[in-house]
Amino acid sequence: MSGKEYRTITDVKGPLVFLNKTEPVSYNEIVQLRLSDGSIKNGQVLDTSDDQVIVQVFEGTASVDRQTGVKFLGDVFKLPVSKGLIGRILDGAGRPRDGGPEIVADDMADIIGAAINPYSRQSPEAFIQTGISAIDACTSLVRGQKLPIFSASGLPHNDIALQIARQAKLVDSDDDFVVVFCAMGITAEEYNFFVHDLERTGALENAALFVNLADDPAVERLITPRLALTAAEYLAFEHDYHVLVIYTDMTNYCESLRQIGAAREEVPGRRGYPGYMYTDLAMLYERAGLVKGKKGSITQFPILTMPGDDITHPIPDLSGYITEGQIVISRELHQKGIYPPINVLPSLSRLMNAGIGPGKTREDHKSVSDQLYAAYAQGKELRGLVAIVGEDALNERDLQLLKFADIFEDQFLRQSRDEDRSIDEGTLDLAWSLLSNIDTRFLVRLDQKWIDKYHPDESKGEEE
Amino acid sequence: MNKENGVIYRISGPVVTATGITPRMYEVVRVGNEGLMGEVIELHGDQSVIQVYEETSGIKPGEPVIRTGQTLSVQLGPGLLTQIYDGIQRPLPKLEETMGVFITRGVDADGLDLEKEWEFAPTVKKGDEVVPGQVIGTVQETETIEHRVMVPPGKEGTVKSIESGSFNITQTICKLEDDSEIAMMQEWPVRHPRPFRQKYAPDVPLITGQRILDFLFPLAKGGTAGIPGPFGSGKTVTQQQLAKWSDAQIVVYIGCGERGNEMTEVLDEFPHLIDPNTNKPLMNRTVMIANTSNMPVAAREASVYTGVTIAEYFRDMGYNVALMADSTSRWAEAMREISSRLEEMPGEEGYPAYLSSRLAEFYERAGRVETLSGEDGSVSVIGAVSPPGGDISEPVSQGTLRIVKVFWGLDAGLARQRHFPAISWLSSYSLYPQALDQWYRDNIANDFPEVRTEISTLLQVEAELQEIVQLVGSDALPIDQQLTLEVARMIREFFLQQNAFHDVDTFSDLKLQYEMARAILRFQEEGKKAIAGGAQLEEVVNVPARTDLMRGRFEKGYDDRIDGLVSDMEKQIAASMEDN
Repeated sequence: MSGKEYRTITDVKGPLVFLNKTEPVSYNEIVQLRLSDGSIKNGQVLDTSDDQVIVQVFEGTASVDRQTGVKFLGDVFKLPVSKGLIGRILDGAGRPRDGGPEIVADDMADIIGAAINPYSRQSPEAFIQTGISAIDACTSLVRGQKLPIFSASGLPHNDIALQIARQAKLVDSDDDFVVVFCAMGITAEEYNFFVHDLERTGALENAALFVNLADDPAVERLITPRLALTAAEYLAFEHDYHVLVIYTDMTNYCESLRQIGAAREEVPGRRGYPGYMYTDLAMLYERAGLVKGKKGSITQFPILTMPGDDITHPIPDLSGYITEGQIVISRELHQKGIYPPINVLPSLSRLMNAGIGPGKTREDHKSVSDQLYAAYAQGKELRGLVAIVGEDALNERDLQLLKFADIFEDQFLRQSRDEDRSIDEGTLDLAWSLLSNIDTRFLVRLDQKWIDKYHPDESKGEEE
Repeated sequence: MNKENGVIYRISGPVVTATGITPRMYEVVRVGNEGLMGEVIELHGDQSVIQVYEETSGIKPGEPVIRTGQTLSVQLGPGLLTQIYDGIQRPLPKLEETMGVFITRGVDADGLDLEKEWEFAPTVKKGDEVVPGQVIGTVQETETIEHRVMVPPGKEGTVKSIESGSFNITQTICKLEDDSEIAMMQEWPVRHPRPFRQKYAPDVPLITGQRILDFLFPLAKGGTAGIPGPFGSGKTVTQQQLAKWSDAQIVVYIGCGERGNEMTEVLDEFPHLIDPNTNKPLMNRTVMIANTSNMPVAAREASVYTGVTIAEYFRDMGYNVALMADSTSRWAEAMREISSRLEEMPGEEGYPAYLSSRLAEFYERAGRVETLSGEDGSVSVIGAVSPPGGDISEPVSQGTLRIVKVFWGLDAGLARQRHFPAISWLSSYSLYPQALDQWYRDNIANDFPEVRTEISTLLQVEAELQEIVQLVGSDALPIDQQLTLEVARMIREFFLQQNAFHDVDTFSDLKLQYEMARAILRFQEEGKKAIAGGAQLEEVVNVPARTDLMRGRFEKGYDDRIDGLVSDMEKQIAASMEDN
């Protein structure tokens, strides 16, 4: 069957091609289209029946006509995988983009990826130190987690992602991360920025890149992250690598999903995005984690830009329901000139409790983090009050909290792009010294035993 | 009937259309060369529309479709407890054995181990009359739970013979005079509620050890509750706390379209957690269903029914069962996805028009009942809802709120302040207190309902005062109102906040909850007196014994010490008055 070429196209609509009268074609099968000028396009079966087959064309349907030959390749989309992927740059459909040779495949892996049996998963609990205080103290990352960066246009999410990629390490281990980088519809400029930075730090040799740029076919973006994750799974579960997957920008991915949905005249869900977007995103995000009996792991850092800075937009909203927390970038902090402008209040790491504490980070970590949140949240709220009634109306406690909010932003959040703070001396001790600006009786989230041991004014000579 | 030659006509995602068969609605069919499991959900001329429970990539038109004659059913019998299933009752450990860590397809697995032998002890004898639902014998299924083997619904008569000893669950253990045979296992179609004699009004609280829930917004055994909240507000932690600490005898936990790692956490944690009521591992009373977000949507749709049928089965034995569904929104989305593939006319926000009736049918399977054999059993249902953007005006939240009697509203603002559980005391409600008040008076304290009313009134008053404070600052208020604010702050920080991850604070029994609430009211009373007697508010608030009282809840043995701590506080407050 794979030899047959059909010329039975009836309709072409957006990225979709409709054909009549074929032999039975399987669902999700890969398709090759040969145009009258001899050029080749690729596609995938979206719907199949005895009478009609619907094909989604990755490169778009420009120049497709009724004479176009359509060949069904008899297989679902597979990526050639091998250790040779490391150090390579591939395009959004998995072809070399760096001028190098084709990947010599050790195996062909189905890019849809099967779901991990929840019973076979292992709980992620190895703390990853990113060297960024806001993340390490308040939204601690663990190996095997999926933690997206919720950002918006014009904010330095790329710098943060790169800083994490550069600095991420386990506290008591030399295991390095392999980076799988997946670009979906980002500009050439952004792409160059990533590549240069990875090159500058030598990380490029330890990375596999899958790149679909803004002027590459939009529909291709639907398979790019699947290729990247398939590569990541292969490296993690066949070759014991710890893989850090960074993909940007999920918003472009979702736009492509909407485009296909609209072309198929599906009933749209919120804001025109398809009703199955939750499931579709889950099929990407859930490909993070650790499994029993395998040494490797997949940690995901999806980056998404929230349209209109709106966290309730369907893209961040559905993502937030699947991922294990989120790091929220704040325009307000960015405009104050604070880098990294991470707003810790709406940020969250759901796996934090598993990864911190005695033997992992430090015994007081949880208390300190709770206290930082509480004090900063209250201090920030008081700013609103002060704007109305002035500082004179505040009592002593409120004044201290108000002041703390400023110090916290200026000294705790702010750090340079190359500053790599260790969790204990760099981050937690700094937190204690900043908290000492508040009278201890107002620090209700801290256990007395930690105050006795770590408070700079109360712990003289008691250290460890 | 099995002679029919069904073939696939069309495939679109999880929806497959077949011709050449004439199945019944909701009949289970085998699809394609690999025999994937599916369920008929629409009949359309000579076409049957099937939702397939497994991934359909690579399936072709023309492949066979075979009828089974059965509707989607679960296997019920010894072996359910401690098990973890996918949405169609395939045991996940079994799937791991046969296909490794990734779930591939075309693998069938029985819900129960058909080979394993259990020690059956009869409770009826030859010549006894038995009716449907009657217990004919018992099996010690786990350390703490006795599995009561029942006559399946629809069977009755005189016992002709009954066995005793080791049997597997398919062997006949009892014969009736009409020669019908009874084994330990029975099957039940998941979309049909199991029968019972009648429903009672619930009048016993389901005690969860969570202060804000038990004290302010209690759920009754056999009741229904909804927990809507945006992401990150603590729905899953709340559900897990309920699964851990609620005083139900059996817990069924459905992870419906949620995160894989969360289920792993439950699996890792439960075997090590000790049930405060039995001092045995919590896993002994738990059945789990995990159909994570990336597992097939059709199985996600079925998972809720699988779970509630298992819950009803234990109810029929006379147990109090608590069922947690996390999250019903993902279940609703599975319905939406299938509905849109069927090209049905959509209702609100693309959800099918039958969404609210499906939700109602599901919650209606909760209740405290008189079972067929006259026992008292209950199923309490707690459903998490994940409204997009946290806005509960959307169809799933609204459909849920119309049915459930308890609303635990999670608030993103509270979560941001790390006030956990982030349940809003202003918007949440429970319709059960009146039915339960007599129980509290008889079992905890005669003035329990009054103490609760005082506490919730204080919180309401605080909310009103806060509006003024926002404008003029707290120092501008009269001193008695400033005291009220301090009392309310104590309620929030000392009583309502509860650390789910702290060994001691994670669970408070009802008696202690009452003592803590009383301690707050004592503080208010003594504080009023002291201030009237000339003490400064600052002094009253900062007496060291009050801090000890508040911090003390994190230490073991707090229930024994709380009385002493309260009287220390009272003394010190009284002393602050004398200083002036």
